[in-house]
Amino acid sequence: MKTLASRYYGLVALAVVMALLPLALPNAFYYDVAIRIAINAIVVIGLNLLIGYTGQISLGHAGFFGLGAYASAILATHFNWPAPVALAVGAVATGLLAFAVARPILKLKGHYVAMATLGLGIIISIVITNEAKYTGGPDGIAVPAFSLFGLDIAGEKMWYGVVAALLVLVTWFALNLIDAPAGRALQAIHGSEIAAKVVGVDTTRFKVRAFVLSAVLASIMGSLTAHYVGFVTPGLAGFFHSIELVTMVVIGGMASVFGSIIGAALLTMLPQVLSAFEGWETVIFGAILMLTMIFLPRGLVPTLRLRLGKERT
Amino acid sequence: MLAAFLQYLFSGLTVGATYALAALGFSIIYNASGVINFAQGEFIMLGGMSAAVLVTAGIPLPFAILLAVGIAGLAGLLVEKLAIEPARNAEVVTLIIITIGASLFIRGLVQVFLGKDTHSLPPFGGETPIAFLGATLLPQSVWVLGITLVVVAVLGWFFGRTLLGKAMLATSHNKLAAQLVGINTRMILLLSFGLSGVLGAVGGIIVAPITYTSYDAGIMLGLKGFVAATLGGLGSGVGAIVGGLLLGIVEAMTAGYISSAYKDAMPFVLILLILFFLPRGLFGAKVTERV
Repeated sequence: MKTLASRYYGLVALAVVMALLPLALPNAFYYDVAIRIAINAIVVIGLNLLIGYTGQISLGHAGFFGLGAYASAILATHFNWPAPVALAVGAVATGLLAFAVARPILKLKGHYVAMATLGLGIIISIVITNEAKYTGGPDGIAVPAFSLFGLDIAGEKMWYGVVAALLVLVTWFALNLIDAPAGRALQAIHGSEIAAKVVGVDTTRFKVRAFVLSAVLASIMGSLTAHYVGFVTPGLAGFFHSIELVTMVVIGGMASVFGSIIGAALLTMLPQVLSAFEGWETVIFGAILMLTMIFLPRGLVPTLRLRLGKERT
Repeated sequence: MLAAFLQYLFSGLTVGATYALAALGFSIIYNASGVINFAQGEFIMLGGMSAAVLVTAGIPLPFAILLAVGIAGLAGLLVEKLAIEPARNAEVVTLIIITIGASLFIRGLVQVFLGKDTHSLPPFGGETPIAFLGATLLPQSVWVLGITLVVVAVLGWFFGRTLLGKAMLATSHNKLAAQLVGINTRMILLLSFGLSGVLGAVGGIIVAPITYTSYDAGIMLGLKGFVAATLGGLGSGVGAIVGGLLLGIVEAMTAGYISSAYKDAMPFVLILLILFFLPRGLFGAKVTERV
């Protein structure tokens, strides 16, 4: 049984790191990378609740991210809606869509879930690309700044503060959820869905909740990304972005909240590092992906935890 | 009316043949390992691109085709040997990420060495369109359908009549039982990747004269092959062929009658609808989960 203190060591450490990080960030470029890491980490924490705990792979989560981003972009530019309202409407709409498709999708087994979510994501990205009247098509559209109570969130430092606080908040929420009855139910589903059913867990209901929750988180972060970057393109909802998100989950470690953050951090920084290898980025990215999975099949954080645990005993 | 319909049908069947070959590749690997190989699309691209570049380099078309098929087959073997085999005890999600890594690796190498340009192959024989009930049929389409038929017939013979083919089938039905009767299931897995590489390359080469090819052509082709395989029911050979052709036809009809902008979305709409109502695809076997 974990004590209250040990459960929150990680959370406190994260809060301290996020609070002190600005001292180590020399310029706007590094702030930008840190902001992108935090945004990805939040989406990945949500996705990891689904993949890591219910064992259902989603290859379409960028679709939900894109829905949020475009809801904010379209409602704010074409209809002059206040940014927080646009964000909320996007999140609710995404949640409803996720809820509507969750049951038929999660009823499926194994690879058919991957296929269905992949299909959903691709349909969303094709609609975004084609409905150029509202979405600007492949060229994308500009998004105004996010203003809250007349105050614009602008500049890297302010955005860093917002997303860092959100990351700590979402981490705290996820850690609590995992140890709450709902989280235990999710872990039981990952262990053996049939065994969970036998002891009376309504497995479908919990899977649907995890799916909707992860979709809504993706949508909210999509909205914030749209305002932060100030521009949206269909790539946000694309297949490759979905793959990136799943890769972050798996590299960091399935069913690990802190693994999600580490996975997001590594994969967000990797392209920056790889840009030095002109033209070879894709090759090296592919190679790193394969090597990590071959040598650390459980992901970074669970593997390290296992090794450290072994040394102690 | 009829002419337009036939026209769409022909182009649908032609593209559908590639989807069918890709879907067969998916099914063969799925049967041997339970893995969805996301590098399947890259085998298609690798076949088409290698053949195109070899022809441009002055190698006669038949030899270029044989070489390209060999290259893709070899790529399949290497992916299995170097990336799948070392991680064979990992979870399925992990293996899927490995195949995604392999697909990026192959796509990246092609981009570095063969460039980002779009390539094309000369048609295999004749360029005069054949008129048929008011519609026109490209000679290449006849080649595509003919070669696909031959490949399917050879596969049918291989799985039904040869010891190796039967060993592959046995492995797909029950891996442990196959091992017990002395089948080298690791060899079967290696072979299934090689075979999928070859099938993908054939599919990529035969449509290259019609659809052109480039380093990033494999992504959509691979995804649609996955849709076709799922449509027919993962692991089913007949399902893969029917799924592929059906997908090609639906796509061509959508482009012709509804909207060409949404033709790429149609396969995914179709697969969602099918999965919602027939959770195991059209021909998928009923599987009971063992506890």
